[in-house]
Amino acid sequence: MDINILEVIVIPIIKVLFIAHLLVIGVMVMIWSERRVSGWIQDRLGPNRVGPQGLLQPIADGIKFLFKEDLIPNHVDKPLYVLAPAMLLIPAMLTIAVVPFGDSITIEGLENPIHLQIADINIGILYILAITSLGVYGVVIGAWASNNKYSLLGGLRSSAQMISYELTLGLGIIGVLMLSGSLSLRTIAGEGQGSYPWEWNFLIHFPAFLAFTTAMFAETNRLPFDLAEAEQELVAGYHTEYSSMKFAIFFMAEYMNMIVGSAVVVTLFLGGWQFFGLENIGGEGSVTAGLISFAIFFIKTGVFLFVFIWVRWTLPRFRYDQLMNFGWKFLLPVALTSIVVTGTLYIATKGNLVWIGIGNTVAAFIVVSIVAGMLALDNNSKAAAQDTSAAPLRGLEAIE
Amino acid sequence: MNPELIVFIIFGTVSIIGAIAVISFRHPIYSALSLIVTFFSQAGLFVLLGAHFVAAVQVIVYAGAIMVLFLFVIMLLNLGTLSAKGALTGKLKGVAVILGILLAVEGVYIAVRALNQTKVGSVVAENAEAALQDNPIETYDIGHIGDLLFSKYLLPFEVTSLILLAALIGVIVLVKRDKQTEN
Repeated sequence: MDINILEVIVIPIIKVLFIAHLLVIGVMVMIWSERRVSGWIQDRLGPNRVGPQGLLQPIADGIKFLFKEDLIPNHVDKPLYVLAPAMLLIPAMLTIAVVPFGDSITIEGLENPIHLQIADINIGILYILAITSLGVYGVVIGAWASNNKYSLLGGLRSSAQMISYELTLGLGIIGVLMLSGSLSLRTIAGEGQGSYPWEWNFLIHFPAFLAFTTAMFAETNRLPFDLAEAEQELVAGYHTEYSSMKFAIFFMAEYMNMIVGSAVVVTLFLGGWQFFGLENIGGEGSVTAGLISFAIFFIKTGVFLFVFIWVRWTLPRFRYDQLMNFGWKFLLPVALTSIVVTGTLYIATKGNLVWIGIGNTVAAFIVVSIVAGMLALDNNSKAAAQDTSAAPLRGLEAIE
Repeated sequence: MNPELIVFIIFGTVSIIGAIAVISFRHPIYSALSLIVTFFSQAGLFVLLGAHFVAAVQVIVYAGAIMVLFLFVIMLLNLGTLSAKGALTGKLKGVAVILGILLAVEGVYIAVRALNQTKVGSVVAENAEAALQDNPIETYDIGHIGDLLFSKYLLPFEVTSLILLAALIGVIVLVKRDKQTEN
């Protein structure tokens, strides 16, 4: 009976507390590294005064936010205005519950091995899609409740963008699901992929991997998809009217979404907690092996988070029509192609992963070429139909 | 009291309160949000029945996609608070009263029948248990649902996809015509 209480109550609570705190600490580390990496990319220093290498900067920021006046403007819709930051933060934290962050550990005296994961539910990936789709409400409600035209525009953009890119997010993973034959993230990461990089899903489903990652950037409202808070156009978009800790919560939610998004990409496409040569140090199911698997997952997620920051300082922001065109005319066809090709080749080649990988890439290349060709033709005919006096504008249209 | 019953009561109460709130709030944004709460707690009820897939789809499709569009439209049109008189006047009011009474009678009938047969909580538990006994893991497994869709329910499945395709084409035609008339 004692053991049962330990397994059913104590261990899950420890796991939940551990992951929740790790997420919050991860946000702080991300704020620091974003500013430092940004500085590095732009050949400047970044914050380096508070603590060694500026490591205590996020804490200083946090204290500053806590002690600032929590302003609620008169013209806002008060209940929803207060509720909105929480509506963004809670889905961001809930998603991590099904992500496996390490292998299983067997401890003597316990009936079942401990999975390094809060909950291994059999529809794991659907749960993630469901909860992420709820995240948009925080942005939209916050934008509307602010009763401010800039905020509202940000919210409108955000909702349109989320709906458009959610499709790619959902369709991009179907190829992976077909090959692994399960919706449980533990199975997809563990049995679905080997420990060598060429056994991971990102090579087999390369176009789907790119489409999914791009859609993930859009879902987290990061550059080049941060139209909801485009400073040059909308002041600060949906959180223009927010100050103090409420603003900080919006800020934290964005970073949590990034961390969770990276963790999901690592699980689905980059082999989860596996890495060759390090599988069974200390024996299978031992505590050492479990800790090493957790470290591998941690490092992989960190590397992917670096890519998030890297992309932010590499690509300029999309214009609104470019965003929609890109989502609907390129990403969606690529994701759909990957489903058809993966399914067909799986039957045709009896599950030969090399052929599926090659077929996926070639097919995506063909589809993108066809779409680009069609768009170019369309642009040409439009330009030809226009008055010749509008010649300078034609050059602009070609860039689009 | 078993834990399942407690969870059922929580989700059931929240979904009923949400449903009442949808029609009570005068402001469309609040109504839409209450509808989301209702959908979400219904998803909780589906989980209680062991239908995890249906629960996830309920949240993805209704709470995640359709309601975002609702909000989008409400915000885009900037609908204000509805006046207390509202749209229910004249003949419409009579129809509404008749339909409301019918619905209430139906609800009471179902509730009384369920109470007569067995206690409320054990209906849920029995259903789940019976399903588990039939087929331990696969009953609500997604693979099982796929098998059923492509064998037993192939015709309805294909008809549904045809209807959806027709709707899709219809939308494109309507949008295109609008653009042409503008030009």
